[in-house]
Amino acid sequence: MTAQEPSRCQALTARGERCRNPAGPGGLCALHRRRLEAAAATEAGNGADPGALAPFLAWAEEALEFLRRRLLGEYTVDEFGHDPDLVEHVLAPLLRPLYRHWWRVEVRGLEHVPDEGPALVVGNHAGALPFDAMMVTLALLDEHPARRSLRVLAADLAFTLPVVAPLARKSGNTLACSEDAERLLEAGELVGVFPEGYKGLGKPFRDRYRLQRFGRGGFVGVALRTGAPIVPVAVVGSEEIYPMVLNLRRLARLFGFPYFPVTPTFPLLGPLGAIPLPSKWVIEFCPPIPTADLGHEAMLDPMVVFDLTDQVRDTIQQTVHKNLLGRRGVFA
Amino acid sequence: MMARRILVTGAARSTGRRLVAALAEEPEVAAVVAVDHREPPAPFPAKVEFLDTDLRSPALVKAVESAGIDTCVHLGVSAEPLAAGGRTTMKERNVMGTMQLLAAAYHAPDLRHLVLKSTTAVYGSAPGDPAVWTESMPFDTPRHGFGKDAIQVEDYVRSFDRRRSDVTVTVLRLANQVGPTVDNPLTRYFELPVCPTVFGFDPRLQFLHEQDTIRVLLRATLGPAVHGTFNVAGDGVVLLSQAIRIAGKPPLPIPEPLVGSVAELLRRTVDFSPEQVGFLQYGRVADTTTAREQLGFSPKWSSPHAFEDFAASRLRKLVTQEQVTTVEREALATLRRAAGWLGGGTRPGGAR
Repeated sequence: MTAQEPSRCQALTARGERCRNPAGPGGLCALHRRRLEAAAATEAGNGADPGALAPFLAWAEEALEFLRRRLLGEYTVDEFGHDPDLVEHVLAPLLRPLYRHWWRVEVRGLEHVPDEGPALVVGNHAGALPFDAMMVTLALLDEHPARRSLRVLAADLAFTLPVVAPLARKSGNTLACSEDAERLLEAGELVGVFPEGYKGLGKPFRDRYRLQRFGRGGFVGVALRTGAPIVPVAVVGSEEIYPMVLNLRRLARLFGFPYFPVTPTFPLLGPLGAIPLPSKWVIEFCPPIPTADLGHEAMLDPMVVFDLTDQVRDTIQQTVHKNLLGRRGVFA
Repeated sequence: MMARRILVTGAARSTGRRLVAALAEEPEVAAVVAVDHREPPAPFPAKVEFLDTDLRSPALVKAVESAGIDTCVHLGVSAEPLAAGGRTTMKERNVMGTMQLLAAAYHAPDLRHLVLKSTTAVYGSAPGDPAVWTESMPFDTPRHGFGKDAIQVEDYVRSFDRRRSDVTVTVLRLANQVGPTVDNPLTRYFELPVCPTVFGFDPRLQFLHEQDTIRVLLRATLGPAVHGTFNVAGDGVVLLSQAIRIAGKPPLPIPEPLVGSVAELLRRTVDFSPEQVGFLQYGRVADTTTAREQLGFSPKWSSPHAFEDFAASRLRKLVTQEQVTTVEREALATLRRAAGWLGGGTRPGGAR
């Protein structure tokens, strides 16, 4: 047992990236070593040729290797609890069908998100459950050329609920507080924030696509202090997944939730009613607003903070309206 | 360099014994006064004078004043209520003991340096906490147990710092220690046959290898004196679920409403104080940049490596790496045979 970092596997993955698994004997991880052995066995005529089932076999191999890693604890999480191994093999594959087939998400303006270095992605928030945050995250992971992980700042409730709390951290979220946001940005991460918070998630259906107050502009302060650019992102589609006609405030208080939504199907149809509607989604990233050149005095000037907050909010509101007009129908 | 005369409290406990032995080996150390209220299991080396006394006794005051002590290393804060003979005694020893020690130190003419071994437990464990604690962040005072004692001890040390400006005060907030020999409630927890967890929670933990504990204490005691408070922990974090898997133990998730009664059981078996259950639910991570930059200390063991070393040297694994690897290899071989049989047969032009 040594105290040094374990060396990484020398092989390349299917995507052509350096394999991230720890290396064993021969400088390869268990997966790639076995692949090499299997290939050698096939060549020597010992192993049977899987033929048409080769892709399935490769998948099973990766799944088994993943299970082995999880069972033995051979993976790393960062100091915020982000677990890229779990995201890549479990969480993202679970969300992908929703992204591709249910909501048919269309992404625009990915070029406005930098390939590396910090940026604060600020979006509108709606739809009772934070699916919009998950879809924006998946859009950046799957479709951005640099496959960036968005580190979303989540509400405190996400970290007190059992089962949800560890998943929130493992998928890369952290608590919405300026300490965490600044630490992530200083480390060069892409941070996502939805300043409307519960006011956006829990607003009635009649207020759809009308952005709520943008908190107290805390996100602008964070961007100014770290000099990270702000990238506004407008999400169209999330407003229709759970059309909330009523908010049962008393029931919500009983459970300790910020709101208790009643939709035409929920809670009427029970768990079936909790299936989100298949609206058509458009996610558009807008041109970044630089903050680094505003200087040190800017963050002490409440006027600058207010103006920037309004500028970001207006950009998102206008983009939402533009994309709403461009959409053929809610479910088209 | 002047010959050093060092007083160490809590010297009979595992960390204390190893620090005293390491100090006694240093040529620049002329004498070590080892203080504890109980006998060490083995006698100390030659340079060491053992003072079998409680921190609250007048003998200590005399020792600090008369022995020409230049450095005081206070390790005597305990996290184990059962071992101390009850929570009241533990609090009494921790807080009153520190007050007495500092009162004596206030009148020690040659004292130049005070090192306090504190803990990251001062930050508490709550879902609304920042993900990573730096030393300067304000934190809510833990309301009971070891964390509360540790904060009160730190407070007394800070007020001592203000009154004796000629003494350099170094406060080390250590993460949970693991290693081949160290014995504390958390190591005993992982030595249980199953590890009870709070259902639906998976806290982030940091570990400090016992060798690094001694290294940082030696650095703070013998190196250039640095004033300040420093978090000390191995790099990286380990999730509780991950630690339990590395330990090769089955986890036992307890639903939140039942946690209280299981905690009571844990309290009796591994000597957990109540706030440590919160630690197993929400965890805690501290930033170690200041220790690196100002104290010049970087741990040799990362948190995962420290834990692996502890697990490899101390724990009897129920699930071993060989077992898992064998099962995986066999499953894969079966699949490959099945695929070869099915896929090879249906392939056009294949061997029929």
